[in-house]
Amino acid sequence: MAGWFARGRTSLVGRLLGTFIRQSRTVAGILVWIGLAVILAILVMGILAPFIAPFDPNTKVGATELPPGGPFVMGTDRAGQDVLSRIIWGARVPLAIVAVSTTISLAIGLPLGLLSGFAGGRLDRVILLVMDSIYAFPGLLLAIAIAAVIGRGILNISFAIAVVYIPTYFRVIRNHVTSVKQEPYVEAAVALGMSRTRVIGRYVFPNVAQNIPVIFSVNAADAILTEAGLAVLGLGLPPGIPDWGFDISLNWQRFDVSWWATFFPGLFILILTTALTFVGEGLNDILNPLLRKKEQAAVAEA
Amino acid sequence: MSALLEVKHLSVTFETPQGNVHAVQDVDLTIERGSTVGLVGESGCGKSTLGRAILRLHPRNASVQGSIRFAGRDLLALPPREVRDLRGRNLAMIFQDPMTRLDPLMRIRDHFIETIRAHDPTVEKKEALERARKVLADVRVPSDRLGMYPHELSGGMRQRIMIALCLLFKPALLIADEPTTALDVILEAQILELLRSIMKEYNMAVLLITHNLGLVAEFADRVAVMYAGHLAEEGATIPLFREPRHPYTQGLLASVIDLETTQLYSVPGAPPTLLGRSEGCPFYPRCEKRMDVCKTVYPEMRPVGDDRRAVACHLY
Amino acid sequence: MSEPILEVQDLRVHFSVFKGFLQRLLGGGEAKVHAVDGVTFSLREGEVFGLVGESGCGKTTIARTLVGLVRPTSGRIRYRGKDVNIADKKSRFQLQQRIQMVYQDPHAALSPAMTVGEAIADVFRTHGIINERGMRIPATSEEVVRKAALRALADVGLRPPEFFYAKYPDELSGGQKQRVVAARVLALRPRIIIADEPVAMLDMSVRARMLEFLLELKDRYHLTYIFITHDLATAKFMCTRIAIMYLGRIVEAGPAKTIYADPKHPYTRALLQAIPIPDPERRTQKVLPRGEVPNAVWPPAGCRFHPRCPAALATCGWEGRDFVSFLEERWLPSDMEAEESELGPVEAWEPADFEVRRESSSDENPSRIADRVRQILSESGGPMAQAVTAVAVEADEVVVRFRRPDLLAPKEVDGRIVECLLY
Repeated sequence: MAGWFARGRTSLVGRLLGTFIRQSRTVAGILVWIGLAVILAILVMGILAPFIAPFDPNTKVGATELPPGGPFVMGTDRAGQDVLSRIIWGARVPLAIVAVSTTISLAIGLPLGLLSGFAGGRLDRVILLVMDSIYAFPGLLLAIAIAAVIGRGILNISFAIAVVYIPTYFRVIRNHVTSVKQEPYVEAAVALGMSRTRVIGRYVFPNVAQNIPVIFSVNAADAILTEAGLAVLGLGLPPGIPDWGFDISLNWQRFDVSWWATFFPGLFILILTTALTFVGEGLNDILNPLLRKKEQAAVAEA
Repeated sequence: MSALLEVKHLSVTFETPQGNVHAVQDVDLTIERGSTVGLVGESGCGKSTLGRAILRLHPRNASVQGSIRFAGRDLLALPPREVRDLRGRNLAMIFQDPMTRLDPLMRIRDHFIETIRAHDPTVEKKEALERARKVLADVRVPSDRLGMYPHELSGGMRQRIMIALCLLFKPALLIADEPTTALDVILEAQILELLRSIMKEYNMAVLLITHNLGLVAEFADRVAVMYAGHLAEEGATIPLFREPRHPYTQGLLASVIDLETTQLYSVPGAPPTLLGRSEGCPFYPRCEKRMDVCKTVYPEMRPVGDDRRAVACHLY
Repeated sequence: MSEPILEVQDLRVHFSVFKGFLQRLLGGGEAKVHAVDGVTFSLREGEVFGLVGESGCGKTTIARTLVGLVRPTSGRIRYRGKDVNIADKKSRFQLQQRIQMVYQDPHAALSPAMTVGEAIADVFRTHGIINERGMRIPATSEEVVRKAALRALADVGLRPPEFFYAKYPDELSGGQKQRVVAARVLALRPRIIIADEPVAMLDMSVRARMLEFLLELKDRYHLTYIFITHDLATAKFMCTRIAIMYLGRIVEAGPAKTIYADPKHPYTRALLQAIPIPDPERRTQKVLPRGEVPNAVWPPAGCRFHPRCPAALATCGWEGRDFVSFLEERWLPSDMEAEESELGPVEAWEPADFEVRRESSSDENPSRIADRVRQILSESGGPMAQAVTAVAVEADEVVVRFRRPDLLAPKEVDGRIVECLLY
């Protein structure tokens, strides 16, 4: 019994990759490639930070608010720290937060969505009610509230953001499950006597899984913005951890004097979230089964 | 007198990421006023594409070549606005699934009013409803259905309403694309009877597109058989059924299961993919009477016998 | 004579229709779809039993009930003489090893995200495999399961099996998919297979191949078939016995040869007549039933076919609703509607079981309306008119009353069972 789930998964991933590669030449495909390239670049930048950052990001290494030029490619900020080094080191934060928060969101939202959609009835209604209540809160406010209660730190921030996104995964998965549930192949599996676990795991999940990458990328983009927002409001990470959002909050009041200290962190947040959105939108176009079916139908209808 | 519809050398090609799909290849078709033509073929043969192409209803990635002369005018040369004008007025089409062809958010009477006003914006609502009632009576639908929404009506009734919508402007040609495939056999017979009576009353020609040979035998004056985008055989119904010439037509007729069937027959192999152009006759791999020439040279349609029959086969 | 392998007695399957909250408050009573309303038949081992009828007649619901997808509302199911309690999970599971279904649309029956080999393997993982001695044992390892799946693929003619194992459903043709579905089902070694319109979605030129395949499987695995279709021609070729269904009930059942040679029930006759014959020299004038199949929530009274039946009698179950349809049809041409405007719009007539009432407004004379009604009825003649017992005026209402229908029960006539008052 142990290997069956894994087996189903690898074929699924293989299939998705296959479709994806086939679609590389379309506009959507190109967007995804660009987005992935950018994300990868930033990821590498963050990982290699100790080796490529010219200066220590947390020490005063020059005069305050020096314009870009000379040894300080992006200038220095209010505290005399090298902006470029802070940018490079700061890449670790959004990536860590994205990784942790989306994992938590998925780990809770996905199984609940599967369960709720498949079971239906009263259980579904109750869970839906809970999820909708969370969903009704504006994301940033909810994150602020949670962060205010449980305190700062990368894990806490990630958790706060994760909670905000659980309902989105839940909802999309649950809705798709309710429609897949009616499909004949699910019925056929039930008629063949398969257990509920097997039906959900092998017949329902693989057919709703294509939603996940899309939500994931939107989730990631939003998580970064939320974290930056928290940082600007002073609820972000403790000082000492280079963070783009924190840099904005530190320097924005002095924008007229040292625009570079606010501009570059803002630019990188923009680049990362745009790249994530490219990936999300592109994946949506590629993986969206409706669009694929239409293409096949146009040919088949001949 | 010239024919109502003359299709010559019509080709429809879809451009897809996987390559070009030659859905319809070099087809000639003629429909006389007030006559019925049955366009028969199995899935993927191109009959639906052909039907749609006549009304210029094809998707954007399709390229259409050839000429389609309707009442003397070449539809492919007309600007889109004039085509739209002809559509619904002189040329109408009904489709396979009446379930999805009606707007679920509009009452039936609004469907009629909108259709009438689309071609004639000056018509008053009252007059439009009167015309609606008249056509509904022709299709035997009580006028109280006008106030209902599509989902409140049965499938058969919806199909009748579709037909009624087409009749509003007394079209000269009605293209029916698998109009009864989704319906049960008694309903199918009823709708066909309805079409027959309407044809007489409105002096309307009908192009019946279907895979059901029985329907064609009962309904059509002439039959055109399509295979893999090409026309295989064409002629008057009775002689064609009595003596089919093209091996595919012979195979198709032999594989029909009716009440007299004592032995089963199926054509070996499977229909070819329409991707990319092939040489020779498309039926070559499955043909029991094939010859070497069939592999490399495409057989053009040539007249055979004296009964206005044409066959695309090297045997003749 | 051997006992039947399967017996179904008085099976009823009713689905509740979810009515809106307000509707339930005002409308009163729960509406139910009478999908299957008292069906009895038995299946003999080795035969091909046809369940024939149009959509909505209940044949697919019966299939789904037998395979455990739907709970019956009432009735008994016996397998080899022993009652089966479908409500019990274990009994259902065991029955699923004996009765299985092949679906109409083979593409829809296979998960698009799973290779066909895995789809077959899953069945072995759930139910185990059959060993050399013919006994069912749980699968011991993935290797065993894979081997069994490969063998299953080869058995249905998909060779080489390794090639087909890794294919996804959208890479196969309709016929190949149908074979995969058959392989899955056969993995359970069932005794009875229900084939639900197995060739409806296949092209005509390949149908014969699928039917031959099904017959070949039947011989090889000693199966019994329930063959569901709306195509009487295919049913005639394939089936040894058939049952014709209409709106949840069996109207005629018996040996196929007998019924096709001499159909007794008017609905059977209508079905046979409606089939288009692929012979243009034999075009006939058809006598078709009126109207369409009514919805199964409020089936017609008495014999369900009576409103459409060309051979109906006065005793067949005429009721208030029939009078409303009668008026509607009469008033189809709009000039007729004007002529009879005194009878008022169709909506004014309210049917209630075996009578229909019309309230007359203050400026109408109910007696004149009643007279007109009597006149129309006597003009039209027909079984409905004969079934009217009274056209009365009560207060300011006009009431038309019908007689109760005669009791309708299946009878044996000329070697088959018919449910019709003509006999």
